Amino acid sequence: MDSIKKILGIVWILLALAVLYFGLTVMGIPKLTSGKQEDLVFGIIIVFILLPIVCGGLGIFGYYALSGEYSDEKI
Amino acid sequence: MASSLGTLIEWYDFYLFGSLAVVLATKFFPADNPTAAFLSTLATFAAGFVVRPFGALFFGRLGDIIGRKYTFLVTLLIMGFSTFLIGCIPSYETIGFMAPVLVLILRLLQGLALGGEYGGAATYVAEYAQPHRRGYWTSWIQTTATAGLFISLVVILLTKSSLSAEQFDSWGWRVPFWISILMVVVSYFIRKNMKESPLFAKAKSEGKTSTNPLKESFGNRFNFKFVLLALFGAAMGQGVIWYTGQFYSMSFMQKVMAIEGTQVDSLMAIALLLGTPFFVFFGWLSDKIGRKAVMMTGMVIAIFAYRPIYSAMFNSVDTKTKEISANGITEKRTSKVHAKIATDSLLTFHKEIAYTDGTLLKKDSIVHWSAAGPVMKDGKAEEPKISSSVKINDSTKWYLVFLVFIQVIFVTMVYGPIAAFLVEMFPVRIRYTSMSLPYHIGNGVFGGLLPAVATYLVTTGKDAGHVGWYLEGLWYPIGVAAVCLIIGLFYLKTKNNNIHD
Repeated sequence: MDSIKKILGIVWILLALAVLYFGLTVMGIPKLTSGKQEDLVFGIIIVFILLPIVCGGLGIFGYYALSGEYSDEKI
Repeated sequence: MASSLGTLIEWYDFYLFGSLAVVLATKFFPADNPTAAFLSTLATFAAGFVVRPFGALFFGRLGDIIGRKYTFLVTLLIMGFSTFLIGCIPSYETIGFMAPVLVLILRLLQGLALGGEYGGAATYVAEYAQPHRRGYWTSWIQTTATAGLFISLVVILLTKSSLSAEQFDSWGWRVPFWISILMVVVSYFIRKNMKESPLFAKAKSEGKTSTNPLKESFGNRFNFKFVLLALFGAAMGQGVIWYTGQFYSMSFMQKVMAIEGTQVDSLMAIALLLGTPFFVFFGWLSDKIGRKAVMMTGMVIAIFAYRPIYSAMFNSVDTKTKEISANGITEKRTSKVHAKIATDSLLTFHKEIAYTDGTLLKKDSIVHWSAAGPVMKDGKAEEPKISSSVKINDSTKWYLVFLVFIQVIFVTMVYGPIAAFLVEMFPVRIRYTSMSLPYHIGNGVFGGLLPAVATYLVTTGKDAGHVGWYLEGLWYPIGVAAVCLIIGLFYLKTKNNNIHD
């Protein structure tokens, strides 16, 4: 089980990068550049607050998993 | 119970804003004014997404330093007074730009207070409860969000039915906000007389409380990894399932299925009322078989059931299969002067179709007509504004109540045990801080993003001509819950933790 947790760590890091890419290209940047004021607010929140929390958090979680921080003996 | 009452009031206060958003928009955020509309967007998004986690950090830290009791007394007062004052602000027509600015400030205060409330209430109850009954007692806190939503819908419906439409629009919408202060006063006196949590009091007397809970929670790898696990292994999935069952279902029925607003409100209220006792049941069950077992089961069933459920919901109002009553079609044309252009008029072509099973479909096509003929835009006649609504019959109504009720059961399975689960993850000295943040990110961020992402997916699917376009919004909660389920299954411990340090 501990080795599965570690291997899945790579999956979470890749998922974080994928969410960052699609979050920026599909939601974030189009909203920032649409010219509409309500889109600008939404875009700023997505790019500067939400994506860092989600992708940063998931990436760190993946890194901890890969480093064995969630192995049975450590939790 | 005393702790739950205060939390319920805070949820009622928070949901009132959302439930009355359309009325508030007309009073404070005139659509044709770009700056006011900008402030409206800030109030909607910032209060929902951003401020709650900051409230969690600010009040969580306070609660771990000075105690649970005084901190969640402060959050109750901030929420109560902010809500009451929203009901007192003069409209944009009266005081101009100060109106939306004041509403925004008060809405942000509501978000901060809510961010601090939940962690305090859940921690307080959990630290008082006997270890083998922690899930049961904290599940009463878990009923409060749904109960707060239910009560806000009922209070609004009662106020609307007691007043004429003009009276409600003029001043009656303020009444639900003012009612809040009565409940807050009662709850204040109850909370003031409560004793501090015994575990915190013991830690404080032994000098074991933290002087810097933020640094200990998030600057310490051992604790921070549990914050991340709590978020990605539980709160994230719980947040999207919660918002799908209680909010997306409502907006799906109103916007995609076009069912009349008051019918949606009443069937949602019935489904919520029927489902609420199950928070307590699943909290109790998690004491017997473990928090993980109950939450993960709820997640896996929701992931596979959402698409069939929403397909059944959508098809329940499919008028193509219904038979039109004899003389069931009525058409009417009305005209009124345009509100802003005195020489123009708005022509409404109104059509009603009555079906033999009691369903009534109403369609309005509104055309802007100038003195010279139809108003032109880019060289051709401006497209008419088309709106339609469906008044469902009783059997469809109860069928939809049942389908929403099933979704509320999923909510009770993932949410019922989560207060006890989060409390059990962290030591007493940083508990309020550490459990509040994953909870409000899971719900505020992942759950709060659901309307925007789901709308985007549905619109993209519809524009691309996909057959099941109306189901595509569900890929967001299904995807997020699936990731959470896998993380939860592999990384969470099966046995409940002890919280007595």
